Amino acid sequence: MKRLRAFSLVVGVLIAGNALPAHHGEAAYDSKNPVSLTGAVTEWYWANPHCILSFDVKNSKDQVSHWTGEASSPADMVNHGWTKLSLKPGDQVTVTLSPAKNGRPVGRITEVVLPNGQKVTGGFLGQGAPNTGAAGGSKPDENPKK
Amino acid sequence: MRDFTALPSRIDGAGTAGTRAAVLVVLLVELLISSLSYAQSPRPEQTQASKEKAAAAAPAPRHDISGTWEPAIAPGDGIQPFGAKAMPSDGKPEHQLPYTPLGLAAYKSHKALDGVDAVLPGFDNDPRGKCEPLGFPRMDLSNLRQTQILQNDYKIVILYENLQVWRVIWTDGRELPKVVDEGVLVGKEIREPRYYGYSVGKWVDDTSLVVDTVGTQGDDKTWIDLAGRPVSEALHVIERFHRVDRDRLELTVTIDDPKMYTKPWVAMDRFPFHLQDPHTDVMEMYCSPAEMEKYKKLVGDPISDTDVKPPER
Repeated sequence: MKRLRAFSLVVGVLIAGNALPAHHGEAAYDSKNPVSLTGAVTEWYWANPHCILSFDVKNSKDQVSHWTGEASSPADMVNHGWTKLSLKPGDQVTVTLSPAKNGRPVGRITEVVLPNGQKVTGGFLGQGAPNTGAAGGSKPDENPKK
Repeated sequence: MRDFTALPSRIDGAGTAGTRAAVLVVLLVELLISSLSYAQSPRPEQTQASKEKAAAAAPAPRHDISGTWEPAIAPGDGIQPFGAKAMPSDGKPEHQLPYTPLGLAAYKSHKALDGVDAVLPGFDNDPRGKCEPLGFPRMDLSNLRQTQILQNDYKIVILYENLQVWRVIWTDGRELPKVVDEGVLVGKEIREPRYYGYSVGKWVDDTSLVVDTVGTQGDDKTWIDLAGRPVSEALHVIERFHRVDRDRLELTVTIDDPKMYTKPWVAMDRFPFHLQDPHTDVMEMYCSPAEMEKYKKLVGDPISDTDVKPPER
C-alpha cells in the first residue's frame, strides 16, 4: 500500500508537472468542493464514452434524490479495479464526486466504496495509479505460456 | 567489423582474463555513451529509457516494428486530453500553433470538449460526438492506446485499439500519391481522399521507419485532435517509428498542412511504447451512437444546462 501511494504521488507529480488547466472534460464540475453520498445503485452502466453509475440517496426526511455519477471509459476502468460486474442494482455504495456547477444531481466520480469495502477511483487521468501491464486486455498470467 | 554489442554473447565459456576485461571496458563505454545522449534532454520518459538501458535491454531487430505496443509511461499516456501530445492546447505561447488565417478561422469554428477553448458537453460540435470516423492522424493524437503492428514484405498494418480501426503502410517501394485539385493521384488514376489516407513507408536505417501519408480528409470531416485543431486535404503527415531496442518503440509525428499552418509542427515527439507479451488480448474500444445518446441524456445535457440556478454553497 505504501509503495502504491508513493507511486501515485510520483504519477501525480508527473501529471501536475505539466501545469495544464482543468482536467479532461472537467469544466462543468466543481472539483474544489467534492461531496460524499451514500445510497443504493439503480444502474451500473458499462459503456462508451464513459461508464455511468446511477444511485438513489435518501436524506434525513426520507426524500430520495436520483444521482448520476460518471466514471471513465471501460478501457480505463479495468486498470482501476472495475469490471462490468462491479455493481448491480440494490448495492449500497458510498460515492465521492465533484458535483455539477449548475446544481444538477450529476457529478464526476473520484472514488467509490464498493459493497465489499474495496475503494476504487473514477478511473480518470490523475486519479490514482493504474495497474501497469495489459491495459484492458488480458493479464499476463492469463496468457498461454510460449 | 565486429559488432561490439554482440561481444558478450560470443564470450561463452572460457576466455582469457584480458578478453573479459576488454569486454567490460566496451560495455562500460557503451553505457557511458548512451547515458550521455539521454542526459541532453531529461524528461520523465527519458529516466524510464535510461533504466531500461541500464538493465541491458535486448537489441532492436532489424527493419521490424511488429508487436503489441502499449504506451510506456502509463496505459493512458496516449489519451492526450489537451490535444496533440507535443503541442497541447494550454494557452502557453510555445504551444500556439502557426495558423494561417484559414487555419485560425477553422479552429474557432470548432467547439471542442478539451483544451484551452473547451466548451461544456452540450455545446460541442466534435464529429466524434456522433461516432464519425476519427481518421488519420487523429488516430495517433486522440486516445492512442494498445497498438498492434503486423508486417510482411509488402506492407505494415497498424491495428488501433481505439475504435477498432486499421491502416496500411505500403513498404513495397510504391510512390507516395500526389494530392491534386480533383483528389488523390494514385498512379494514373484520381481517387477520393480517405479518412486513413494513403501511406508509404521507407526504412532509413536498421531501426527507423519513416512513413509519409497524404490524401486524408479535410476540415468538413475531421479534426486533428481533441482540442479541435484543424486539418485540410492538403495535409502531409510524416511519422517516424524508431525501434529503440527490442522492448521500446518511439513515435514522432510531424504535421505539414500549408493550408492551415504556415510551417510544419511536431505533434508527437518520440512518444514511447513498451512491447507487450505477444499473447496479450487487446480490449475493445468502440463508439456506439446508442451509448453516446444515453451519455448525453444522463450526463452531457444535464451538466450543460445553463438555465438552472446554481445552488448557493
